[in-house]
Amino acid sequence: MTTPVLELKNLTVDIPTRFGTLRPVDDVSWSIDAGEILGVVGESGAGKSMTGNAVIGLLDSPAHISGGQVLLEGERIDRLKLSDMRRIRGKRIGMVFQDPLTSLNPLLTIGEQLSETILRHLDVSNAEADARAIRGLDEVGIPSAKNRMGAYPHEFSGGMRQRVVIALALCAEPTLLIADEPTTALDVSVQAQITALLKRLCRERGMAAMLVTHDMGVIAETADRVAVMYAGRLAEIGPVSQIVGQPRHPYTDGLMASTPAASAGQARLRQIPGAMPRLGKLPDGCAFHPRCPFVQDKCRHDPGPKVGIADDRAACWFPLDAQEDVA
Amino acid sequence: MLAYIIRRIFQSIIVLLAVGLVAFSMFRFVGDPIEQLLGQERTVQDVERLREALGLNDPFPVQYATFLGRAATGDFGISYRQSRPVAEIIAERAPATLELAFVSGFLALTVGIGLGVFTAIRRDGWAANAIMSLSLVGVSLPTFLIGILLIYVFGVQLRWLPTFGRGDVVDLGWWTTGFLTTSGLKSLILPSITLGLFQMTLIMRLVRSEMLEVLRQDYIRFARARGLSAKSVNFRHALKNTMVPVITVTGLQLGAIIAFAIITETVFQWPGVGLLFINAVQFVDIPVMAAYLMLISVMFVMINLLVDILYVWVDPRLRIDGRHT
Repeated sequence: MTTPVLELKNLTVDIPTRFGTLRPVDDVSWSIDAGEILGVVGESGAGKSMTGNAVIGLLDSPAHISGGQVLLEGERIDRLKLSDMRRIRGKRIGMVFQDPLTSLNPLLTIGEQLSETILRHLDVSNAEADARAIRGLDEVGIPSAKNRMGAYPHEFSGGMRQRVVIALALCAEPTLLIADEPTTALDVSVQAQITALLKRLCRERGMAAMLVTHDMGVIAETADRVAVMYAGRLAEIGPVSQIVGQPRHPYTDGLMASTPAASAGQARLRQIPGAMPRLGKLPDGCAFHPRCPFVQDKCRHDPGPKVGIADDRAACWFPLDAQEDVA
Repeated sequence: MLAYIIRRIFQSIIVLLAVGLVAFSMFRFVGDPIEQLLGQERTVQDVERLREALGLNDPFPVQYATFLGRAATGDFGISYRQSRPVAEIIAERAPATLELAFVSGFLALTVGIGLGVFTAIRRDGWAANAIMSLSLVGVSLPTFLIGILLIYVFGVQLRWLPTFGRGDVVDLGWWTTGFLTTSGLKSLILPSITLGLFQMTLIMRLVRSEMLEVLRQDYIRFARARGLSAKSVNFRHALKNTMVPVITVTGLQLGAIIAFAIITETVFQWPGVGLLFINAVQFVDIPVMAAYLMLISVMFVMINLLVDILYVWVDPRLRIDGRHT
């Protein structure tokens, strides 16, 4: 069995505050293989972005990894010194952020930003760095890349800027890409282009990707497997067809039912009643139980069963497809 | 770009014309200069002759035009008190003020930006906190008090540095400089700190707050996520982005350094233009006052023009010349 590119083992992130410790990521385990895209979905505040930031070591103080492990190609990276972590960022893990309009330094040309990143990680000459930068821009679909090297970010449209951001994230050829809501700030038509681009790059380079989003449409199109997060915990993980087609966790089911589909002739979208609890006020037992239509006594006291690595079970005592058997 | 600069120069000229009018009006509102020039024992003929010689019988617009024409060629008339051409007196005094202002401005900029960046990066460190608390002194204490305190500590108590004057200066013919002698350099230390301290703390606090703002931006986060070194993130990416507001304030403050050298020059008896101005005010020496006013406004206008050009140089988004689309 090959080593997965990224493996999280019981990853836990804590934020100590004056009013007690918050736990935005609670005991999350999963792995991503080379060439595989793992979609991570959930409501705002479910811990998706926090997990991505924890992997690349960019948690804003006082948030910190308080437990578990992050393994990159089998090597533990959650306890590295800052200087060693800087060698991994950009080089082995690329990251793309949500808003391409603010992700690029407005005062440097895109060529300068690309070459700087390439020279930082690869032992190449200036000319070679420029050549690689142009190839990178070419690869993400910037027309006449060579002439655009001297252009400033404000001279590009939003979609083009996100392509530049992707070129920047990938210019040192990382093995893992973390894309944090890469399409949220874009027009719908551009969204499809960017997701297609990400998918193509992962396939061509055999790169593993963690795609954080709250857009189920993007997930359905792009991801191979899906992890559903709720209140910092992993609710369900499995192949995309299974998550979309036969969700087992009631939360996943609610999430799917509340997603508009162009083809389906639903009259009304269903919504999940209530709101996700605040981190400081998590209920006992399963965090989802106050909103769960199938809640039972056990759910109020016992947190759901743990969802492990390479396990496609849901963190639910009474998963949907098994309810007939159990009850 | 060129059109932009030409437009700014045109606006600058209008400002200077307005200041010239104010300077010129002083002559008309601060009494009759003839009274000052001629003593008690004067004849009507003397008065008339002098009036005619000074052009005081001409109508107002003609006098204004003559004044402007002469000012443009550097002729500001004769000092009432010293009976010498004003331009000559100012040229004599200008090196002292300009050297003082240059050293103060240099200190304010380098130390101010350096400490600003330091306190922003080490936001919660004890050293940064100590510097921030100390900087309150620079912002809140008036200049003359700082000058007197410095004189007391380093001049009177410790006897390390001279307390007044420029020390020995070297005459280069067209310029006298204190940079070439030890006593000249030592004499510069206290006045330049006094003059530049306010600007230094102001620039430092400004750079710090701008820097903290910029460090929160997405592109800094993205630069970190690409594994760039701390040096590159802090200086290449962050500092450059703090520069536009810093240039604005710094430009105006450099003008202020020259203009407000008056107080420092008085405290340290620094033989510069500011001290000349104060003495001129005491003796109602209007040609000197008018020339000083014009000189300061020319400097302010030039600095502002320079600031506008620097903006465009720093921030590519302002280059609206259609070179790219």
